[in-house]
Amino acid sequence: MSDGGVRPAATTGTRPPGAPPLLEVRDLHKHFPLRRGLLSRVSGTLRAVDGVSLSIAAGETLALVGESGSGKTTTGRCILRLIEPTSGAVRFDGIDLLALGPRDMRRMRRKLQVIFQDPFGSLNPRMRAGTIVREPLEIHRIGAGRAERDAMVEQLFARVGLDPAAMRRYPHEFSGGQRQRIGVARALAVRPRLIIADEPVSALDVSVQAQVINLLIDLQEEFGVAYLFIAHDLALVERIADRVAVMYLGRVVESAPAGEMFRNPIHPYTRALLQAIPVPDPDRAREKPSVGGEAPATSAPIPGCRFHPRCPVAIEVCRRTDPPLLEVGPGHWAACHLTPGPAGIGGGAAS
Amino acid sequence: MSAGEKVVDLLEVTGLCVQFPRDRAAMRVADSVSFRVAEGETLGLVGESGCGKSVTARALLRLVPPPGRIVSGRILFQGIDLLQLPEREMRRYRGRRIALVVQEPMIALNPVFTVGYQIAEGPIVHGMMKKKEALAEAARLMTLVKIPDPERRVRDYPHQMSGGMRQRVLIAMALASRPSLLVADEPTTALDVTLQAEILDLLKQLKGEFGLSLLLISHNLGVIAAAADRVAVMYAGRIVEVAPVRALFASPGHPYTAGLLRSVPRFGEAGAGDNGRRRRLQAIDGNVPDLLHLPPGCAFHPRCPDVMPECRNHTPMLRPQAGLDGPRAVACFKYHDPEGNPR
Repeated sequence: MSDGGVRPAATTGTRPPGAPPLLEVRDLHKHFPLRRGLLSRVSGTLRAVDGVSLSIAAGETLALVGESGSGKTTTGRCILRLIEPTSGAVRFDGIDLLALGPRDMRRMRRKLQVIFQDPFGSLNPRMRAGTIVREPLEIHRIGAGRAERDAMVEQLFARVGLDPAAMRRYPHEFSGGQRQRIGVARALAVRPRLIIADEPVSALDVSVQAQVINLLIDLQEEFGVAYLFIAHDLALVERIADRVAVMYLGRVVESAPAGEMFRNPIHPYTRALLQAIPVPDPDRAREKPSVGGEAPATSAPIPGCRFHPRCPVAIEVCRRTDPPLLEVGPGHWAACHLTPGPAGIGGGAAS
Repeated sequence: MSAGEKVVDLLEVTGLCVQFPRDRAAMRVADSVSFRVAEGETLGLVGESGCGKSVTARALLRLVPPPGRIVSGRILFQGIDLLQLPEREMRRYRGRRIALVVQEPMIALNPVFTVGYQIAEGPIVHGMMKKKEALAEAARLMTLVKIPDPERRVRDYPHQMSGGMRQRVLIAMALASRPSLLVADEPTTALDVTLQAEILDLLKQLKGEFGLSLLLISHNLGVIAAAADRVAVMYAGRIVEVAPVRALFASPGHPYTAGLLRSVPRFGEAGAGDNGRRRRLQAIDGNVPDLLHLPPGCAFHPRCPDVMPECRNHTPMLRPQAGLDGPRAVACFKYHDPEGNPR
């Protein structure tokens, strides 16, 4: 990684000290029972999300990254209560979302929208594109009457780079990138304060991915919307995120301001991820990654640090004790026994 | 490969056209595709969805799924035109001399047979080995593709293995019949990044050990950069540029190649979160065209920043390009006029 830049003075600077975050998640758990055999007896528990805490300030982008099975998507869905978390707390704008009844939660979704990965599966094929974008306006009673709402939809179409004439077309008549623009327009229609974008571009072609990422960046500058950006592509994340949280097997193992995370990754898993990114540069692309193997299924709890079976620098304590997430620098948190500095138990043994 | 060595072409594809009927019209998914793969070489075939790279791969094995068919072209493999062979003869090549590794290991593996048997099946079917010998060979191959505890795992069924292990089984299957050419169609796309890097390393290592040539198909420029010796770039059914990997990434010739390279965020260039304002990515405007409604002339012209009048009504052919790095061919009127004269 090139390190030509100057270190930022503060951490992210997007949140004045003391201001409450827009979204605050505390010790979130989602455990799925694993059933086996003819009688579907519960044979174990899949700890998809196993104690996740994170916060997002207004207008900020937090990227949640990790490999498949890390629990990043489940975390997003628990925040939206598209699935019910097992335990934990989710506060949005000061309100405890988990305490809300269905009706209040529905009302809350006006401020909390979602963009899904699959632009093919997430749009109703029988609805016209304009109707899809108008629907949230109707649900939340925004705009007086059909004509005003249609005018709003027209503006939204233009804003996300779609021809307003296309409002009458059906989803299958659009390309993948255009469908994702419809998804963005639908999320944006109600002027939410937070959009949870779950791998919003990974199903798109490379040349089109960049268009949608640029759109998301522009919309944030224009509307001040915050993003929880769930992704596995770290090079993309570097472009869009203010802060990054890395998940491994249901747990956040490191979080930091984006620049800091990419310049100074602490956790061996983060380092492995960064090193394994395929770089579009033949000379740099031929370095070897440091970590082998795959994340095991989470049904059997791993004693100690959950990364230790794959960790190239694991020591004895890693096999016994689960490392806590500790602050290792301004706004930089890591859960590793080998964290350099006073915070780590191991004390400066990392390279 | 050093410049002085004599380069022998293992595979030479010329003017390959593949069509699918759609909406009562013929959709040309591969159009006048020409390329060659030398002995021991890795050719990367890169392009976005629907550009024809996968169907080109399948055409080499004459496995274009019906109702699609190869309508013209020549596929010379070790000097034999595969398109002229009767099907019975073709079976001596498919899986035997040319092997295919596909993207979805769960679909490509048969759930009711052990992975050991599936690896051994090729050599048995091709009459190369008896069953017992082939099963022993399967365990040996599993060691080579770094599956731990192979003596035990030969008896595993695909569902008992992780995604990365299944991909390794597919590679072992492909190697079992000792092919000369391995066609790997997005072999790492379904995998996580740390695994992706491992499988690429494995392919590179095996290539050396088995003296293989590799046709590596991917949409991921990072994968291509890491593993290919030369690269062919496809767009809307046609190859628009061929160049040695370093030359291509250092100085892309075709405007599409250049746009594709620019649109991929590179690590360490962003400076995100530092100064409040992010650097936007450089996207290619517009969308990948529908193959049934291709724009006239050069299919890329509506998205091209360098479009010229002749691009709208003449189709550029892939022609050798002297002015740029490396032995390179580009299909673009920036470099030659519609008559083929260099500019």
